[in-house]
Amino acid sequence: MREQPVPGRVGFFTDTSICIGCKACEVACKEWNAVPQGGLDFTGMSYDNTAGLGADTWRHVAFIEQRRPLGHQEPGVGDMDFRWLMASDVCKHCTHAACLDVCPTGSLFRTEYGTVVVQEDVCNGCGYCVPACPFGVIGKRESSGVAAKCTMCYDRLGAGQEPACAKTCPTDSIQFGDLDELRERAQRRLEQVREAGATSARLYGHDPGDGVGGTGAFFLLLDEPEVYGLPPDPVVTTRDLPSMWRHVGVAALGLLAGMAAVAWRRR
Amino acid sequence: MDFAWPLLRQLTGGDRSGRGSAVKSARTAGLRARTAEADRVVKSVCPYCAVGCAQNVYVREGKVVQIEGDPDSPISRGRLCPKGAATLQLTTASERGDRALYRPPGAADWQEIDLATAMDMIADRIIATRRDTWEWDRDGMRVARTLGIASLGGATLDNEENYLIKKLLTALGVVQIENQARVCHSSTVVGLGTSFGRGGATTFLQDLQHSDCVVIQGSNFAEAHPVGFQWVMEAKARGAVIIHVDPRFTRTSALADLHVPIRAGSDVAFLGAIINHVLDNDLYFHDYVVAYTNAADILRQDYRDAEDLDGLFSGFNQESRLYDDETWQYEGAQIAPASGARDVDYARRVGHLPPGRVEVLGGTGLPLEGTPERDETLRHPRCVMQVLRRHFARYTPEMVERVCGVPRHLFEQVCRHLTENSGPDKTAEFVYAVGWTQHSDGSQFIRAASILQLLLGNIGRPGGGIQALRGHASIQGSSDVPTLFNLLPGYIPMPHAHENERLRDFLHADAPNKGCWAHMPAYMVSLLKAWWGESARADNDYRFGYLPRLTGSHSTYDTVLAQLDGTCKGYLLLGENPAVGSANTKMQRLGMAALDWLVVRDLNLIESATWWKDGPEIETGELRTADIATEVFFLPAACHTEKSGSFTNTNRLLQWHHQAVEPAGDARSDLWFMYHLGRIIREKLAGSRDPMDAPVLELTWDYPVEGELAEPSSEAVLAEINGWDEHGPLSGAGELKDDGSTVCGCWIYCGVYADGVNRAARRRQGSEQDWIAAEWGWAWPANRRLLYNRASARPDGSPWSERKKLVWWDADASVWTGYDVPDFEAGKSPSYRPPPDATGTAALSGTDPFIMQADGKGWLFAPSGVVDGPLPTHYEPQDSPVANPLYGQQRNPARKLYPHEHNRYQPSGDEPGASVYPYAVTTYRLTEHFTAGGMSRRTPYLAELQPEMFCEVSPALAAERGLVHGDWATIITARNAIEARVMVTDRIPSLRLDGRVLHQIGLPFHFGPNGLATGDAANELAAISLDPNSHIQEVKALSADIRPGRRPRGPALPELVRAYRRRAGVDERTGTEV
Amino acid sequence: MSQTDVRMDGSPRLRGAREATPGSAGRRRERLMVPRADFDSYYGRPVLNEPTWRAPDIAGYLFLGGLAGACSTLAAAAELTGRPRLARSGKVAALCALGGSVYALIHDLGRPERFVNMLRVFKVTSPMSVGTWILTAYGPQAGCAAAADVSGRLPRLGRAAAVGAGLTGPALATYTAALICDTAVPAWHEAYREMPFLFAGSATAAAGGLGMLAAPLEEAAPARRAAVLGTAVECVAATRMERRLGPLAEPMRRSRLLRAGEALCLAGALAGITVGRRSRIAAVAAGAALLAGSACTRFGIFRAGMESANDPKYTIRPQRKRLAKARAERELE
Repeated sequence: MREQPVPGRVGFFTDTSICIGCKACEVACKEWNAVPQGGLDFTGMSYDNTAGLGADTWRHVAFIEQRRPLGHQEPGVGDMDFRWLMASDVCKHCTHAACLDVCPTGSLFRTEYGTVVVQEDVCNGCGYCVPACPFGVIGKRESSGVAAKCTMCYDRLGAGQEPACAKTCPTDSIQFGDLDELRERAQRRLEQVREAGATSARLYGHDPGDGVGGTGAFFLLLDEPEVYGLPPDPVVTTRDLPSMWRHVGVAALGLLAGMAAVAWRRR
Repeated sequence: MDFAWPLLRQLTGGDRSGRGSAVKSARTAGLRARTAEADRVVKSVCPYCAVGCAQNVYVREGKVVQIEGDPDSPISRGRLCPKGAATLQLTTASERGDRALYRPPGAADWQEIDLATAMDMIADRIIATRRDTWEWDRDGMRVARTLGIASLGGATLDNEENYLIKKLLTALGVVQIENQARVCHSSTVVGLGTSFGRGGATTFLQDLQHSDCVVIQGSNFAEAHPVGFQWVMEAKARGAVIIHVDPRFTRTSALADLHVPIRAGSDVAFLGAIINHVLDNDLYFHDYVVAYTNAADILRQDYRDAEDLDGLFSGFNQESRLYDDETWQYEGAQIAPASGARDVDYARRVGHLPPGRVEVLGGTGLPLEGTPERDETLRHPRCVMQVLRRHFARYTPEMVERVCGVPRHLFEQVCRHLTENSGPDKTAEFVYAVGWTQHSDGSQFIRAASILQLLLGNIGRPGGGIQALRGHASIQGSSDVPTLFNLLPGYIPMPHAHENERLRDFLHADAPNKGCWAHMPAYMVSLLKAWWGESARADNDYRFGYLPRLTGSHSTYDTVLAQLDGTCKGYLLLGENPAVGSANTKMQRLGMAALDWLVVRDLNLIESATWWKDGPEIETGELRTADIATEVFFLPAACHTEKSGSFTNTNRLLQWHHQAVEPAGDARSDLWFMYHLGRIIREKLAGSRDPMDAPVLELTWDYPVEGELAEPSSEAVLAEINGWDEHGPLSGAGELKDDGSTVCGCWIYCGVYADGVNRAARRRQGSEQDWIAAEWGWAWPANRRLLYNRASARPDGSPWSERKKLVWWDADASVWTGYDVPDFEAGKSPSYRPPPDATGTAALSGTDPFIMQADGKGWLFAPSGVVDGPLPTHYEPQDSPVANPLYGQQRNPARKLYPHEHNRYQPSGDEPGASVYPYAVTTYRLTEHFTAGGMSRRTPYLAELQPEMFCEVSPALAAERGLVHGDWATIITARNAIEARVMVTDRIPSLRLDGRVLHQIGLPFHFGPNGLATGDAANELAAISLDPNSHIQEVKALSADIRPGRRPRGPALPELVRAYRRRAGVDERTGTEV
Repeated sequence: MSQTDVRMDGSPRLRGAREATPGSAGRRRERLMVPRADFDSYYGRPVLNEPTWRAPDIAGYLFLGGLAGACSTLAAAAELTGRPRLARSGKVAALCALGGSVYALIHDLGRPERFVNMLRVFKVTSPMSVGTWILTAYGPQAGCAAAADVSGRLPRLGRAAAVGAGLTGPALATYTAALICDTAVPAWHEAYREMPFLFAGSATAAAGGLGMLAAPLEEAAPARRAAVLGTAVECVAATRMERRLGPLAEPMRRSRLLRAGEALCLAGALAGITVGRRSRIAAVAAGAALLAGSACTRFGIFRAGMESANDPKYTIRPQRKRLAKARAERELE
């Protein structure tokens, strides 16, 4: 029941240690995919006014102000420690993708590049994928009534072009390419950053052994995942589905037996 | 088998679980990238900031379908920031009005108007206003001009458009021609120009990668120029130390090694202390300093320093508040600057002199300069080096703590990194933007950095220099081909009014006769030929008399007062939004309300176009729409994808953007507007005998037009800017002559069209070139990318070091060679010494790298050209909560003030009432928006990223004033009060200085009432108080009060401001003392 | 050593040997932070996106689907044991409930007209897909059974359909547990072991209730017993669930709906086997209570899930605990 990773799979490596929080990825993504504007709310969440991923935000830059040090950086903010973390979040294109598993229409599918894409002409807006996603990525769009999320620019990949966000990223914080090659690069990068003193740095989503079989879009983070709004140990819900079916089966038979029992008693 | 029903595919195919190929829909299978489907890919350049990112514009069936970065660009490498990424929405948005609109006097709303009719009406108004307000002379001196008409804008336009604006309006006698460069970087031209000879950044973005230490100060690099910032990251990757000195911890600081919080407006004290540290510990680059700067020059006996006069220099006149710079000159020499105030010595230099100096009467070209005395041991008590030591002696680390609020240990780290990373093997670079320029002594901020970089030997060397980050696509171009009142193309000064002034006198007075500027006659005559063609002849001074004359300052702020007093009646706004973007926006609007007519050309209805019906003064009742007699025309403008032309980026690089589609409806390029306006006016004036019309009628105005819109050929305009002689296009300024045989619209751009090839349009892939990428676009001067690069070699011509070699002297071939185009006469040997009577470049020796300077030296000390002092001196901002700890002199004595009912100044420091405005305020940009918002606040994808005006305050200030995060606050100055959402953050630390805690308030300046992202404009709070050199306003450091809650509405708002004034005892004299 | 020397080979597009490293030249040193006592989140925002399912539709579907399925089974049993009126009421009720559930299901779609797309594929990984096919198999039989019974035509086919529906009914009544448990919603997913039994019990109780309500006293005995059995199973399952989930069960413990559901079912079942045997009114009341109770339970479970999805602590804390446990185990090895 579990998928095998596609050969020649592509992905994103988002290195948040060189993100300048410019949000070019958010805009380039919207321009290319014609994603609707998400609303004009001042959230007060540092410089983040798009709040999180959803049907109308496929790339989201998180801003975290912390009274903690970053490597050997001298923040010069009074005598206290301070750092300002920025990270561009995106659909993880999981190896084992719950949204894909639970989609009843086959609107979501696994592409030849190993990415997970919604087919908006097929989706009937049942909304099952929304609670299925352990990362809170996918959403149902009010205007169209169908589910929407990052496609890793499926159409651009077809033309041999990199996704819009990776192409526009001014500091190459978002890197696109062959997933295995990216994972190696990320490992080297992690060592560099640690050597430089950022001991809190860690990779997120790179491990094929994790609860979602590793993600196609993974990250170098400078703090715990939940600080960025990411689940610390995500698990694809369908991992437990076989067991669920077993329990359902027993319960169903139980119901049948129970009814029989109550009907045939004393006869 | 391929079934229509996915279930069958699933059951029969390889995808049994139904999660792959089996469920793919026909539509999905048919998906194609629209970039791959496009009919054409048009090469273009991003229209926002001045990094000049290259764009590919994808066109399908006559429509722009996608815009993204061009990977070929060696500067941007295919990347775009959020604004650049939003250009598709900017240019194709349905909100963009494409109809010409007209608002009759007193009308409550717009009415649509036929474009041709509008053009005709505008032409009539220009002619009429010009007739009514024409003045032949003022105080007995010929001016031949009108002060009745003014124009503003140009930095967002193409160079060619700026050229036509300047050419036509000047011929019409208009002098009040201004653009964003005035309010953004005019002090850069003075600061860098007087120090090194040219008013542009000394280096280019890609060269940042060679820097060992990058000091970003007065700039929020990562936020305002994100794509350029990739080169800082490149340097960091190569091991450079990144230092950010800024009042706020910004997105730039987040990526820096070191963030140094500094009180807004105290940078001169900070830089002065580093200079002092360098001199005190003899950490300066001795050989470089002796050979390439004026450190050894000896000053006159009667020079008095700020050190001696408690903050004043010798030659200050308390009444006029002007300096006479005679005592600042070198011993035994008179020297003229390459930039800045070049007319101040007119009388002395042309010869209206005290008796006894008869030998120069009439100014017959005698070598006035002479040769200054030098002491290369640098020991002479009056040599510049010693004067420098004395001047900066009091700029100590303690002073830095007291003045800037920078803790000693941070200051020392900066000194250490900077000095350790300067010298023969290493180079450090300074990067700044409007955080330095927009002060009442902004030019001196840049002078201070120039002095420091000269002492450290970082000018003209890879990884060194001073990077001025400019904020508009062609703001450099609109300074080079200036839509600025005080300049002619190529930084030739606009002539001031003098008694019977002849061309010869002007050239003699305003240009030195040594160095490149000695060739100004050739530049000037070629320009006059370009404008008046056949009519410009030697016997009529090449129509020098047709140029209108200046009498004092005619900056955009002087224009506002001229509007208020009724002198200026007509106003052209060409892509600028002063109702949000200029200091004291209320004055801007009241000025416009006093006009007879106003023409606004923009992409959409900006605040400057609609103030008469929905401006803040309408709400407060200070203005009533029905009472406003101003006629307003709105003409929709074409955007960069709808016209061809060149932008000049922040590093003097001209890049051509090609037209992708035709503009819709009435939208037209400003080239079209200016050309046809000129054509119509000339038709209407045809046959006129009135001498005031001759300059217009004799003007060369015959550009070929193309297409059904009759769009003039921008390439033809570029050809005129480049210039030609009878043999065809010129290939360099060296070919220009002063005998009328050459034509050239802008001498520094001469060569961009060499051999008839548009070099600005060159796009050889960056990956196919070295890091200099000389075949991408064309940079002035002469395609040199790193200025003064002769200094990258020792005096003997060999590189200072192998690591940092750039250009060097090839003795065998006896020619200068290297990676970059040498910024030096190619054949001039290092051993060349000029004969005593030499003039022009021949008068400079083989060791003088600063060829624009009259003495070929970098100016540590500016004997001329900077009107408020030869050396930077710390003065407090006009409105400051702090008393100047360094001198008795509180403010810049020579600053320009404009006392007015709506432009009151505040008490400062210890003065009574100062505590009413106790906090320091600074204004700034956000990545997500662009300047006054005209190109970002209506763009949905940008608006949602920063939807509302907010103010940044520290937790301490929030506690002190009861401000709640996310709620509202009202910020009040003596000019106005605004409201903003509160952002309580550690990123704007409160400072400890002089035993007190000073809170700072941060305000983004983009917002205004129109569009999607809205809010009050920060510039409502700013006063008009200007730097005397550049007439730039002080908006980076003010003082104000803040309180919780929204601002009052209606008449209660001005009342609140008046109440504060009363409490602070503000009257017309407050803050105006010397 | 720094690499800032001027090199002409470096093509601008070549990736440098390394990337810029954060804050590397300052004085300070990053200390490993002490593990935080509580947990961090991004401005307290949920990690998961809130389910777009609307309570009336989906919770209603859970209830109606369960009711339909269980009713069909009860009806079949009644038919086979010669209780025609109990059987008829069951069949009719099943058909009505089925109609209501299908309406709710379609009504909740963003694109109702695309309901048929549910039949594009059959995915065992998707309880909703499986459920759709169950409905497809069950629906016609339930309809046929009811129609035949009411009209009195085609008795044989009717009986066959009734038995078919009776056999597929339990699947319909319980698969909905998998439907909601197969999500990342903590309170649902973690409860997947007990949820099917909770739903089965609740459905049985509801069917019993309906039987008591609709059938005459003399035929309603199985309904009364079903009510007791269902209620018992439901309560046991609920208790076990809340015990096993620990802190995650907070939203359930807090849920007034769940408490009300239990109370109503218990009351209904008790009343059913006591006064409900003799008094028709009492039986009706008891039946109504059971139906209401079952509905409350489903809405309660739905709400509790929503609550757990909207508070990041329910997502993050268990995952943290899991990681800590795994780390501890690794260290033991």
